[in-house]
Amino acid sequence: MRIIVLIKHVPDTWEERVLDPDTGRLDRSASERVVDEITERALEAALTLKDRDKSIEVVALTMGPSESTGAIKKALSMGADSGIHLVDDALAGADAMTTAATLAAALRDAGADLIIAGNESTDGRGGMIPAMIAEHLGLPALTFVSELAIEGDRVRGERATETATSVVSAPLPAIVSITEGMPEPRFPSFKGIMGAKKKPVASHSLADLEPALAGSRSSASSVVLTCEQRPGRTGADPIVDEGDAGTQLATFLIERRLAGQRLV
Amino acid sequence: MTTALVHIELTADGAPADSAAGLLGAAAALGDPVAAVTVAPGTDTADLATALGSLGAARVLVAETPEVDSVIATPHVSALAAAIEREQPGVVLLAHSIESRDVAGRLAVRVGGALAWDAVDIALDDDRVVASHSVFGGAYSTTSAVEGGLPIVTVRQGAIDARAAAVDAPAVETLTVEVTGAAATIESSTPVRPSGRPELRTAKVVVAGGRGLGSPERFALVEQLADALGGAVGASRAAVDAGYIEHAAQVGQTGTTVAPDLYIALGISGAIQHKAGMQTAKTIVAINTDASAPIFEVADFGIVGDVFQVVPQLLSALESRR
Ligand SMILES: Cc1cc2nc3c(=O)[nH]c(=O)nc-3n(C[C@H](O)[C@H](O)[C@H](O)COP(=O)(O)OP(=O)(O)OC[C@H]3O[C@@H](n4cnc5c(N)ncnc54)[C@H](O)[C@@H]3O)c2cc1C
Ligand SMILES: Nc1ncnc2c1ncn2[C@@H]1O[C@H](COP(=O)(O)O)[C@@H](O)[C@H]1O
Repeated sequence: MRIIVLIKHVPDTWEERVLDPDTGRLDRSASERVVDEITERALEAALTLKDRDKSIEVVALTMGPSESTGAIKKALSMGADSGIHLVDDALAGADAMTTAATLAAALRDAGADLIIAGNESTDGRGGMIPAMIAEHLGLPALTFVSELAIEGDRVRGERATETATSVVSAPLPAIVSITEGMPEPRFPSFKGIMGAKKKPVASHSLADLEPALAGSRSSASSVVLTCEQRPGRTGADPIVDEGDAGTQLATFLIERRLAGQRLV
Repeated sequence: MTTALVHIELTADGAPADSAAGLLGAAAALGDPVAAVTVAPGTDTADLATALGSLGAARVLVAETPEVDSVIATPHVSALAAAIEREQPGVVLLAHSIESRDVAGRLAVRVGGALAWDAVDIALDDDRVVASHSVFGGAYSTTSAVEGGLPIVTVRQGAIDARAAAVDAPAVETLTVEVTGAAATIESSTPVRPSGRPELRTAKVVVAGGRGLGSPERFALVEQLADALGGAVGASRAAVDAGYIEHAAQVGQTGTTVAPDLYIALGISGAIQHKAGMQTAKTIVAINTDASAPIFEVADFGIVGDVFQVVPQLLSALESRR
């Protein structure tokens, strides 16, 4: 069985993330890039399945600029068997339609029994790429699952939406997107880091993805028109509780009509 | 006038979900608001049509399919694709909910449109649909448009206050749809129990607790203050991870984004990923024993103190002034 995990290289959420005001695109020089934590959890889910069944092959796939090889290396050192990197200057600033079509073309070529993605990336927050890939490939999608198991030729999971919690399942091949409800990722071991150097990484340009890509391109795209930074917020100096801070806070809330309106 | 097609999510008892009012409100400013719903065959849709009319739907398109409750997303995708084929709308609006995001993503691929997601506002600019977005926890405001195809826009729940004028008896039209696409099966489903509190996403007051609360039992203090203020309960990721409260309460980068009138952070350090979900609140109050906690950088009223001292006193002060 082959599992392909969609990992994404994103600006570190621990730092201030900067948009280029002219293009509305991420300013790459402004912050460090890391593997999006949710996609490390997606990899963790694949590696957990592999821990139980050594015949499972785990492939890490990413689309991103040349420095995103760093994301693949991290995945290999955590335990993925091989990597695929989609890299092309023409993909800079790709919108969701292009991203999904490109990833789908690579997945079509690579062939997977199970594709595991994060539910939502921290830079884009669209949370739609997995469903879009499913539509391209004609696959069932179990999105936003917080539990995942393979049972025979089906994948099963628990899915919580805003309104219900459901048990969901689909026949393989399928795509799954996982939430933070899944376990935290493992750390690469020393052995893993050393072994990663010997693992194969394939690099594909857009030309390499033809003809798989040809049928799936959309003529429509989303463009950023304007981008404006909002002023930051400055707090007031905090008071130190000397035994009456709760009462002072009550006064503050009532004066601002944020509490006790039922009285007025 | 062009049609603004709106995908309506239904509650477990078949009424329009909370998101419907804002979606139809936004649609009315973009074109002729037409609601699309998917139901099981034979469903009586008279009350539903009346409810959608009162929210501004000029017409209601009802797609019937037996798979509506047993398959994820694809019944709605097929219904909307059929509606688009027939209506040739200028824009399609959906909620930026988990359910509707799957629908929007698949739909864009199926009909060759493009997506604008998590819009906090939508307007027409010279006949072009322009969506506004709040990016990186409100640090940036951007606008976007779709070129070369149908704009499919998901709208942040609770972000749009505009409401459409009520329509008395909207025409109801039935669509026949054939569900295509590989199916992911919903084997069983348990509706979320209403908490009796306001919904986190749209609440005017949010009281949130962090790891500083120390245990699920002690987290009850957060709920007590929320109830005293008529607010919703929120939490940091650390509090969710520690099992003090369910994941749905998480505020932040990977949780819910809130923008209430009042946000009270109890025992929350204010990591950058937490602030990304609450820093646009009108008034922020923080109580934390550590004077150097980053939450104070954004708090309008900060107290360096123990939540187990300060909050009980606050509760009794509010009670006595009632
Ligand atoms: C990719 C990514 C996404 C993330 N997404 C989110 C997210 O969506 N939401 C989120 O919240 N976090 C998120 N985080 C985690 C975030 O980095 C922090 O770890 C988390 O917010 C910390 O939660 P906390 O403030 O409750 O815990 P801590 O940082 O441990 O802080 C607890 C605070 O309680 C105070 N305290 C202790 N006892 C008391 C007392 N008796 N009275 C008053 N104060 C007390 C302490 O001084 C401390 O400041 C994310 C992290 C990553 C990497
Ligand atoms: N450029 C990319 N390369 C690889 N995977 C991606 C990429 N973009 C999105 N994904 C996957 O899709 C998930 C959801 O992303 P999004 O729809 O952008 O929020 C991510 O967590 C990844 O697993």
